[in-house]
Amino acid sequence: MTLDTAAEIRTAVRQGQVSAVEVCEAALARVRATDGALHAFHAVAAEQALASAAALDAERRSDPEAADRPLFGVPVALKDNFCTREIRTTACSKILEHYTPPYDATVVERLRAAGAVIIGKTNCDEFAMGSSTENSAFGVTRNPWALDRTPGGSSGGSAAAVAARMVPLAFGSDTGGSIRQPAALCGVVGLKPTYGRVSRYGLLAFASSLDQIGPIATTVADAALALQVIAGADPRDATCVTTAVDDYAAALTGEIRGMRVGVPWALMRDGVDAEIRTAFERAIDTLREQGATIVEIDLPHSAQAIPVYYLIANAEASSNLARYDGVRYGYRTPDAQTLSEMYDRTRDRGFGAEVKRRILLGTYVLSAGYYDAYYLKAQQVRTLIRRDYETALQSVDLVAMPTSPTPAFTLGERTNDPLQMYLADVFTVAVNLAGLPGISIPCGFTANRLPCSLQLIGRAMDEATVLRAADAFERATTFARERPASVEGETIGR
Amino acid sequence: MPGDFTRADVERIARLARLELTEQEKALITPQLSNFLAYAEQVQTVDTSGVPPTSHPLGTLGAWREDTPRPSLPRDQALSQAPEADRSAGLFKVPRVLG
Repeated sequence: MTLDTAAEIRTAVRQGQVSAVEVCEAALARVRATDGALHAFHAVAAEQALASAAALDAERRSDPEAADRPLFGVPVALKDNFCTREIRTTACSKILEHYTPPYDATVVERLRAAGAVIIGKTNCDEFAMGSSTENSAFGVTRNPWALDRTPGGSSGGSAAAVAARMVPLAFGSDTGGSIRQPAALCGVVGLKPTYGRVSRYGLLAFASSLDQIGPIATTVADAALALQVIAGADPRDATCVTTAVDDYAAALTGEIRGMRVGVPWALMRDGVDAEIRTAFERAIDTLREQGATIVEIDLPHSAQAIPVYYLIANAEASSNLARYDGVRYGYRTPDAQTLSEMYDRTRDRGFGAEVKRRILLGTYVLSAGYYDAYYLKAQQVRTLIRRDYETALQSVDLVAMPTSPTPAFTLGERTNDPLQMYLADVFTVAVNLAGLPGISIPCGFTANRLPCSLQLIGRAMDEATVLRAADAFERATTFARERPASVEGETIGR
Repeated sequence: MPGDFTRADVERIARLARLELTEQEKALITPQLSNFLAYAEQVQTVDTSGVPPTSHPLGTLGAWREDTPRPSLPRDQALSQAPEADRSAGLFKVPRVLG
């Protein structure tokens, strides 16, 4: 067997074909063999991982039913902005370089309770601010499909770790595409649930009206399994909704006959790479062949999504990042004489260039005299963007578009021009503004073998339909089973 | 109104944001923010009269719970990550505030 899917590992461990420790050792061996070239992980928690795997094996020996838990023995990776008790958590920022949280995020608690083994923390753009993982304070991550290219971002390490089959399952956060876009660029599955579907308690906050946690996997079924574990109400996060959680595995029927899929063709008129467009059009044909009805829809205000997103996200970021002041945790400048000087210098030295740029922009648009023109205006246009989706989703079950307008881009290609980097978020940010669930799944390859991706967006709280269609597409195609040339299957245990 | 974004604006907001920027940073950031704001001007063209702002995308107020007292993080753990603390007194320490 291999490390490809969580479902396969869980079954093998439950049936005693392999122990949790053997699976964990295989994952760690794979990380050692491949991560030197990729740098998907910022930190590997080998000792803790082996200890928790051993504890699972002991539990299973004394109580075989313990192994019925949904992720029993499954190695997972977490983006480094999830608080993990006794495992360093830095958000890939110098300001938190030595921070070890005294508590677990709710999602981490739920993963541990489900039997998952945390292998380590993955590299990301600093405080999840970026689309290439190049804003990490601790070095870039490389795309397993082409080492001179970025894995996307901000959850680039999580996507690369799954694409390189170091772990079958990783988790990220998605504020404007940070799960879906790296999943797209790395040729794996990435799911952003509905805003409020998953607790954010213990996620280092970036933009609180947009942030959402979700899984990255090699199959839609694994993404569904992971969502089942992490979704649901949490009294520690007041934005987390109490709506009952659907049975996602049951939704994967493979049947999409009669489903209505809307395509906003007008949004794709300019700026979409020709090969990405071709792969997308073929994907739409596949959905049609499977019995879905394809209709054109109009999302007129989505043209404003990028400026609206960056105004709102950065305003919220400037407020959320005010807490990093060198007093309670994190870095403090050693050479300040006064409190005021300590604050200002700590923050200047602790934060990287993109984070400072965003804090300044956010502070500006919230400042006296500019609030109405920028922040309030953006929140109003956000309402119009959201209403466009609501209207469209009254007549269709899903909206389809590419995830990223281009395949993986070269390292360094966009770092000198922040605006150019932002413009590539054209297909992902509106989904966060509207709070809807969206999934990115592989739908083809370019001539030089870079992954292309299909994005499916559903109604609020209707992850079941999103997953059903994505799974049906995956069954009808072979793209999700392709691996980067550098990756061979790791054999576990006996 | 938005439009002319200058180095003086960067200095003003850097004070508000508590960031001690170097001269080099100010020189780099001024045109970058100016570019973005010029680009973001397009939102002004959208007619939003009578449109309410969105704060929670699903329009809900979030979940309510009883305000029941419960234990929070123990003080020694809360202090464990501080750059400087007086652990026996249970206090975070900062540089002198008054002269």
